[in-house]
Amino acid sequence: MALRMVMGNEAAVQGALAGGCDFYAGYPITPATEILEEMGRRLPPRGGVFLQMEDELAAMAAVVGAAWGGARAMTATSGPGFSLMQEHIGYAAITQTPCVVIDVQRGGPSTGLPTLPAQGDVMQARYGTHGDRPAIVLTASSVREAYTTTRKAFQLAERHRTPVVVLLDAVIAHMREPVELPPLPEPALNPWPGSSGTEPPFGAHPFTPFGGPSPIVVTGLSHGEDGWPRTGAGQATERMLKDAIAGIAEDPSLTQGVERYCMDDATVAVVAYGITARAAHAAVETLRAEGERAGLLKLDVLWPLPEAALLEAAEQVDGLLVVEMNLGQLVMPVRAVVGGRTHVAHLGRADGLLLSPDVIARRLQALTASVRS
Amino acid sequence: MSTHITEPVFPRSIRAMAEHEEAEPRFLGGHALCAGCGIPMVVRTVLNSIDGPVVVVNATGCLEVATTRYPETAWNVPWLHVAFENAAAVMSGIEAADRALRRRGGAYTVESPTFVVFGGDGGTYDIGLQSLSGALDRGHRFLYVCYDNQAYMNTGIQRSGATPMGSRTATTPVGQAHSGSPRGRKDLTAIVAAHQIPYAAQASAVDFADLSRKVRRAVQMGGSAFLNVLTPCPLGWGFTAREGIAVVREAVETGLWPLYEVIEGRYRLTYEPDPRQSVDRFLATQTRFRHLGPDEKAAIQDTVDRDWHRLMDRVEADRRFFDRDDILTDQSFRGRQVGGSPL
Repeated sequence: MALRMVMGNEAAVQGALAGGCDFYAGYPITPATEILEEMGRRLPPRGGVFLQMEDELAAMAAVVGAAWGGARAMTATSGPGFSLMQEHIGYAAITQTPCVVIDVQRGGPSTGLPTLPAQGDVMQARYGTHGDRPAIVLTASSVREAYTTTRKAFQLAERHRTPVVVLLDAVIAHMREPVELPPLPEPALNPWPGSSGTEPPFGAHPFTPFGGPSPIVVTGLSHGEDGWPRTGAGQATERMLKDAIAGIAEDPSLTQGVERYCMDDATVAVVAYGITARAAHAAVETLRAEGERAGLLKLDVLWPLPEAALLEAAEQVDGLLVVEMNLGQLVMPVRAVVGGRTHVAHLGRADGLLLSPDVIARRLQALTASVRS
Repeated sequence: MSTHITEPVFPRSIRAMAEHEEAEPRFLGGHALCAGCGIPMVVRTVLNSIDGPVVVVNATGCLEVATTRYPETAWNVPWLHVAFENAAAVMSGIEAADRALRRRGGAYTVESPTFVVFGGDGGTYDIGLQSLSGALDRGHRFLYVCYDNQAYMNTGIQRSGATPMGSRTATTPVGQAHSGSPRGRKDLTAIVAAHQIPYAAQASAVDFADLSRKVRRAVQMGGSAFLNVLTPCPLGWGFTAREGIAVVREAVETGLWPLYEVIEGRYRLTYEPDPRQSVDRFLATQTRFRHLGPDEKAAIQDTVDRDWHRLMDRVEADRRFFDRDDILTDQSFRGRQVGGSPL
C-alpha cells in the first residue's frame, strides 16, 4: 500500500468496489460528479456495468432493477437529485432491495449552493420518502472514512436488505487527503447467497434476485412474505417493517457507530458528524489545552440514531452542543432522546461556510458558563 | 395548408437586431459564459428577433449558471429558473395563467408576451424531455429553444443524448472498451415534430439570419414551437475560442447538422450544402474526435449519409406542399452565402 493524495469522491468509489459494487447508474451533478466519472472508468474494465441515465429518477430505478438482476448496485447524487430519488428509495425499502445511495450534500433547498457544503439532508435521508421504513444512514468525516463507510454500506445493505444512504458533503467529496487504501479485490463473480428456494422471497429471509429456483413477484404494493399484494387493512407489511426496523436497531455495527474523544472526564461535549466533526475535534483540543473538560461524540451512524451513547453522555455531562451545517435538524431527535437529562444547545449554519473550530470552542465555552450559572 | 405560412417571413437584419439591442437590451454582457461559447449569440439573436415583451424560462445549464451569479444578472427581461427537468412544465403554468387572466379581462390589459424557453441539450434531450413532451402535447403557446452543444458542458462534459458518435466525453472516454461515444445522437427535432406542433426547426450558430427568420416564423405560427440550434462549445469540443463559427459551418456543410424546418408536419430544407462535404472536415476541427481512425470515421460518414438521405426523402415527399405558395420567397439562406455575425 502506498500513501497518496486521494479525493473523497474517489475514495468512495474505491470503497464501493471493495464492498463488491459491480453496477453503477447515475446522472452528473455537482459535487458528486467525480463518483460517476470514476465509476465510468473503473467498472467496465472490471466486468461491471456503468450506466449513465437520463435523470436521477431513472438512476435510482435502474439501481433497484439491477439489484433484482443480481448486481451489487449503487448510485450517487446531490440534493436536487436526492429529492428526485426519494420515490424509488421508498420502493427499494418496501421491496427489501439491497442497494447504496451516496448523497454528497450541498446547500439547499432546490438548486441552492451547488458548489458549497451543507448537512441539510439529514432528515430527508431518514424521512424523505413517504410512509415508515427501516433507514440506515451513514456519514464520513474524512477521505479515509469515505472509503470505509461506503464499503460498510454494501455489507449493511445486504445484511438488512434495504437501501443504505451514505451522506458526504461538498468538502469531504472534493478534499484530497493522504491515505493508504488497500488494493482493490480482484473482480469476482459475486452471486447473492440467496435462499434454498423453499424460503419466501421477502421478510426475514436472504435476498434472492431473479433467476432463482422460483419466480418472484416484486411490487411496491403492500405484500406478504410471498410477495403477493395484500392491500386490505391489517396488512402483513406492517409486521415485516417492524421486524426490519427492530433488526436495524439491534445491529451493534450500527448502534455502536459513535467515536468518543476526551469523553472520560468531560463535563461538556460536542455532538457532531461529517466534516463538522473535524472542526469540533480541533475545538475540543483547544479547550483541553486551556484546561476545560470538553469532549466530543462523533456520530458515524446518523440513523438509527445511536441512542445509548447519547443517553450515556447525557447522564455524564452538564451540557451537549449539537453542531451541524443546517439550521437545526439532528438536534431535534437528540433532544428527544436526551429527554431533559442535560441541557442541549445547537450551533448551526446553512450559508455554505464551514463551522470553524474557533466558533465551536467559543460556543462551547458559552454553554459551559451558562450551565454553571 | 394553413393560411399562416402563405405570409412570407423575413429575418430581422443584423443592423435591426443591433438597433433593437441598443434600444431595448434583453440580454446583457458581463456574464460568465466562456470566450468562444456560442450560447450568447444564439440568445441575443432569438430575443432581438421578437417584437413586444418576452418572458424567459431557463432550464439548468451553462446559460442559467453563468448569467445569474448573485448579485449580478445578464437578464433584462422577466426570467425564471426552477430546475433541470421542468422548464417546459414551468412555462406551461406561466402561459396558461396568462391566458386565463386575459380571458377574464378586466384590469388585466398588459400586452401579451412571447414565451421563450432556453434549455441546453441536457435539459432538453434527456432529463427535460418528459416535461417538453407534455407541454407540446397540451399545445401551450411558447417557443422552446434548445442550445445544443452536444454534451453536458456545465457539469464537466459528460455524454448527452445529443452527443455525436465517436465523441470523447468524461463518460464516454477513449480506452480499450470504447472509442468515445458508441452511439450517435437521438433525433430530437424529429421527436418534437412528431408531436404535431405547428413549427419545429433546426438552426445553427453560423447563419444568424436563418436563425432569426425561424424565430419569427415560430412566433408567427402562434402555438408550440421548437428550435434546435447547434451551438459551439470550445471547452467541450476542443477548439480555440475564435473557431466556433467555422466549426459549426462544417457541421452544416457536411450535412451532420442539416438546416430544415417542419411546418405543420411538412419537412422543408432551408439550406442545401452544394456539394455536401466529407464529414472529416467537421471531425478534424475538434480534439474530441482526435482519436478516431479511418474505420471509425467511415462509420460516422455512413450514419451521416443515412440520416441525410432519410431527411431528403421526407423533404422530397413534402416538396409539393411548399411549391403551392410563396413561402420559398422568404428564404434567407441562399446557396453558399453562409455566415455573418449578428452583432
